Amino acid sequence: MNDVKLVAAFAENKPGQVAHFTKILANANINLRWLAVASTGPYGVMKFLVSNPQLACLAFKHEGLIAKLVDALAIEVPDKPGGLHAVAECLASHDINLDNASGFIANDRAFLVIEVSDHGPAREALQKQGYHVLAQEELPL
Amino acid sequence: MFRDQAIETLDRAALERLQLQRLQQTVRRVAAHVPFYQQKFAELDVKPEDICSLADLRRLPFTTSADLRANYPSGLLAVPFDDALRLHTSSGTTGKPKALFFSRQDVDNAAELCARSFVMAGVTKRDVFQNMMTYGMFTGALVTHYGAEKVGCLVIPAGPGGSERQLMLMQDFRTTLIHVTPSYALYLATFIEQHGVDPRRDLALRKAFVGAEPYTDETREKIEEGLGLEVYNCYGLSEMNGPGVAFECVQKHGLHVWEDHFLVEIIDPQTGEPVGDGEVGELVMTTLCREAMPLLRYRTRDITSIIATPCPCGRTHRRLNRIAGRSDDMLIVRGVNIYPQQIERILMAHPGLGRNYQIALEGLDEMTVKVELAEAGFEAQVEQLMKLQNQLAEKLRGEILVKPRVQLLPPNSLPVTEGKAKRVIDNRKL
Repeated sequence: MNDVKLVAAFAENKPGQVAHFTKILANANINLRWLAVASTGPYGVMKFLVSNPQLACLAFKHEGLIAKLVDALAIEVPDKPGGLHAVAECLASHDINLDNASGFIANDRAFLVIEVSDHGPAREALQKQGYHVLAQEELPL
Repeated sequence: MFRDQAIETLDRAALERLQLQRLQQTVRRVAAHVPFYQQKFAELDVKPEDICSLADLRRLPFTTSADLRANYPSGLLAVPFDDALRLHTSSGTTGKPKALFFSRQDVDNAAELCARSFVMAGVTKRDVFQNMMTYGMFTGALVTHYGAEKVGCLVIPAGPGGSERQLMLMQDFRTTLIHVTPSYALYLATFIEQHGVDPRRDLALRKAFVGAEPYTDETREKIEEGLGLEVYNCYGLSEMNGPGVAFECVQKHGLHVWEDHFLVEIIDPQTGEPVGDGEVGELVMTTLCREAMPLLRYRTRDITSIIATPCPCGRTHRRLNRIAGRSDDMLIVRGVNIYPQQIERILMAHPGLGRNYQIALEGLDEMTVKVELAEAGFEAQVEQLMKLQNQLAEKLRGEILVKPRVQLLPPNSLPVTEGKAKRVIDNRKL
């Protein structure tokens, strides 16, 4: 299974909340590669791509926060215009809904992290198109 | 199990004869010694000898908490000041408290009624009783303390708060019995869970007496599940000795009022007239044995009803239904009467929510219900949180007829209460 784990946490939407979480990660010596925040009104969900998701999840819970591990797909893409577009096209042509997508650069390589409704078919479609779908241990963290 | 089987199972006719005799004695006592009642009797043109049956109770004046405040500090004393043995006060949120005096006999009676209540719930001398109520002027801790000593329990006068110390005491002394407010019990359940303690595996807890603030059956279940024990509902008020007025027996269906010590009535709070049998209204109580400060027809402001049917436990003393709320706690939002317990019942029964909540009233009659999310209620999607919030708002509207705003919060973000919880924050500009 070439899925990566994100740590999702419930947070209030107020100043200092991200810092509260990143401090816990720093204290646990966990490297943070990517962070997404989805919020609505007074609260939201933060998602973290980190070097050790299991430990990060435990560290959050230890501080009394609500956190759980969720699956996502990480894909290496060419770092040039249209990189995300090609992935979106590929998923759309297979009728797969893209819930969330963003990217990061590491070691001069470009990566997309995506959340989709159905991981299996999405992974298959992307691999067929020649994309490298990363396993957790392949992540440049 | 009975502490005083003869009196607890006394047949109704004999119990009522005893009540009348004690009522007459009480009326004579206040008529002789308390100027407040002398004046009231004169106004109503009633004399002690007019009280010939329990039905004549209705001829007597009500006593209100305002009367207690007006006669502060010692205007309602029926014995010489030197014969008063103990002073308690009732938690007044504004102004002067209500002062309650106890004679030596009153102190002993209050403890005895608690002992009766404890034994009724299955407590024995083998129990280790950790008392988490506030010691001091409040009756909650001291009266149960002496009651438990009468039963022969090992009593740990822990007082409230300091959860780490509470846990340590529970572990080191194998506490089996606690007395606690519902809000602190809920907090404690979360606290021990976070400290990796499984109450069923690691603690010896058996029973909890939970009271001092109204709560719902849903909260009872949440406490039972979280602390791994049986919760017994208890009712009391400082004006009536404190705890030990009415407790549950092992049937856990209604609270037996010790009717050899108290006369109970249920009235319509608006008209002051008695309501029909089993109907809901304000509880009114008259002390029958109190020496230092007898009170006639005291308006408790608590909303309940009487269960008059016989109880399988064999006690003849009638039962009160769980207190639905204190009429003082009633909120009026957009013209609708709401008890905080109605909101609590929905929140405690809904899956995925934590144990702490708060009701905030702001602006022009806007209600926000703030509730902590639990891990089981988190699916890592904002959409799911919005759905949960809307579901709750709808359920609440079904119960209270006003649609509140619902705000989900991370655990431990609402203030923790160790004594009586402050659930309602009213900042309305009305």
